[in-house]
Amino acid sequence: MNTHLLLQLVLNGLIVGALYGVVAMSFVLIYKASQVVNFAQGEFLLIGAWVCWWLLTTYQLPFFVGMLVTFAFMLVFGIALQVVVLRPLIGEPIISVIMVTIGLSIFFQALCKWLFGVFAQPFPPIFTTSQVSILGLEIQTVYLMSLGISVAMMAAFAWFFRYSKHGLAMRATAFDQQVAQSLGIPVRNVFAMAWAISAVVSSVAGIVVGIVNGVSSALSFYGIKVFPAVILGGLDSVAGAVVGGLVIGLLENLAQYVDGQYLHWGNLYEIVPFYVLVVILMIKPYGFFGTRDIERV
Amino acid sequence: MSQITTLERPAQEADVRAEGRAEAAAPLLALRNVEVVYDDVILVLRGLSLDVPAGSITALLGANGAGKSTTLKAISGLLRSENGEVTRGEIQFDGSRIDGVEPDLIVRRGIFQVMEGRRIVADMTPMENLRLGAFSRRDRGIADDLERVLTYFPRLKERTGAAGYLSGGEQQMLAIGRALMARPRLILMDEPSMGLSPLLVKEVFGIIRQINRDLGVTILLVEQNARAALAVADRGYIMEQGKVVLDGSVEELRSNEDVKEFYLGGAGDQRKTFKNLKSFKRRKRWI
Repeated sequence: MNTHLLLQLVLNGLIVGALYGVVAMSFVLIYKASQVVNFAQGEFLLIGAWVCWWLLTTYQLPFFVGMLVTFAFMLVFGIALQVVVLRPLIGEPIISVIMVTIGLSIFFQALCKWLFGVFAQPFPPIFTTSQVSILGLEIQTVYLMSLGISVAMMAAFAWFFRYSKHGLAMRATAFDQQVAQSLGIPVRNVFAMAWAISAVVSSVAGIVVGIVNGVSSALSFYGIKVFPAVILGGLDSVAGAVVGGLVIGLLENLAQYVDGQYLHWGNLYEIVPFYVLVVILMIKPYGFFGTRDIERV
Repeated sequence: MSQITTLERPAQEADVRAEGRAEAAAPLLALRNVEVVYDDVILVLRGLSLDVPAGSITALLGANGAGKSTTLKAISGLLRSENGEVTRGEIQFDGSRIDGVEPDLIVRRGIFQVMEGRRIVADMTPMENLRLGAFSRRDRGIADDLERVLTYFPRLKERTGAAGYLSGGEQQMLAIGRALMARPRLILMDEPSMGLSPLLVKEVFGIIRQINRDLGVTILLVEQNARAALAVADRGYIMEQGKVVLDGSVEELRSNEDVKEFYLGGAGDQRKTFKNLKSFKRRKRWI
């Protein structure tokens, strides 16, 4: 048994899992606030990464400045998307809205290919040392940063939903839109805010993965990868999304270990999350943290 | 009635009007021939008119399906989330039209609806529910108001779990407290007695009267429990099939034979079986 490799993979799993958690969180945010299953979540990563890459390579902006500008762009993008495309669909059957998000996904993929080409583009080097070693385990500096950002994002989400006025408003909207309206909460603005936050948070994951693997349309595959994470945690639980993301990240890497060491089947890494998805849907269709309605008897 | 009284004492009229309490002055809320249609076809309110004077408790009574809740939703703008629409007439609050205004802006103008069945946010704590009530406010008095609401309802302070586990009475208190947090000028209260024991109904109505007297909040109260509502109200309207069929001061309504018969259930010795009562009701109509 190769302990060192196992530990390395577990660590990778946690780091990648945290990223899945972040994307899953932003996916759940949209679902909770506006009951839309957003199949274009992966494209948020893609767009964020491309925009950041473009700012860095074309305008030679320092990385953190470029990232902040990207966030601002994604904020506007999220609001615009909700207002222009999704707002007119309020009240339409849910299946129509889902089809529209699938359409958006295809549209943005094509748009990115048209604007930036079909080849993977590397980010300019950001850290002077690309790897650091902690306790004998090699970690990419970017991953270390990504772990930090992920944890910060999760903490920010927790604070936002517990203590901020708009976080409470968003929870109330998720609970019951009519109740939210009766409290004076502008529900449409809450939807727009949910999409905006979701787009910004997703773009963080996009940028990090882009730095590690290069920016290409493969990034949008993350949008599909979060499904197992989200279903595992329960579609409407932000905490569940984080846990789900970590579990899926770990499982992927453990699968790779088992596959590499013993089975030699080849691509278990890619497939395992979806096996898990099928199993969860069979035994626990609402996930492990999905809401159960409070009913007094 | 009181209109006549005011006319008899013209010297006092100016004073009374200055306080904004005279019925001769423009009412805080006025509905004029309001017609409401659901799903473009179902006519629910057929030309409803009513006045809510500032500082009053006005009761809106009527049987199931008369359109009481619809009236409140038409005022608060929540109608549209149920695919309903004010198709004719107008609703005026404090001199300006509010029909067609978004519900969040209506809350901002000072109208807050406590919906039927409490509708508290079950997965939040009572404190979070109260803070949500103040969402539309930007002033600094929110913390003070929270203190004051908790002095009205001290029990809410002890409950730290999800509000969904509160008892029915506590949930109603929370719903009223949440309304107070918005510091509204007019509270629309829909069936506050629903599902409560007689003792709790008494307590809740006591609180409603206290809020009206202490804080000067005008209240439009929709109730099935006519006896309890008339005990606290100043004026009353009785609705049937989307229209007001009778209105007047509480004393007038209480002494009206038909109201006694249909709503207060005290027709004395001529009480019949339920079956007969119903057919009698079908035969007899006001107006």
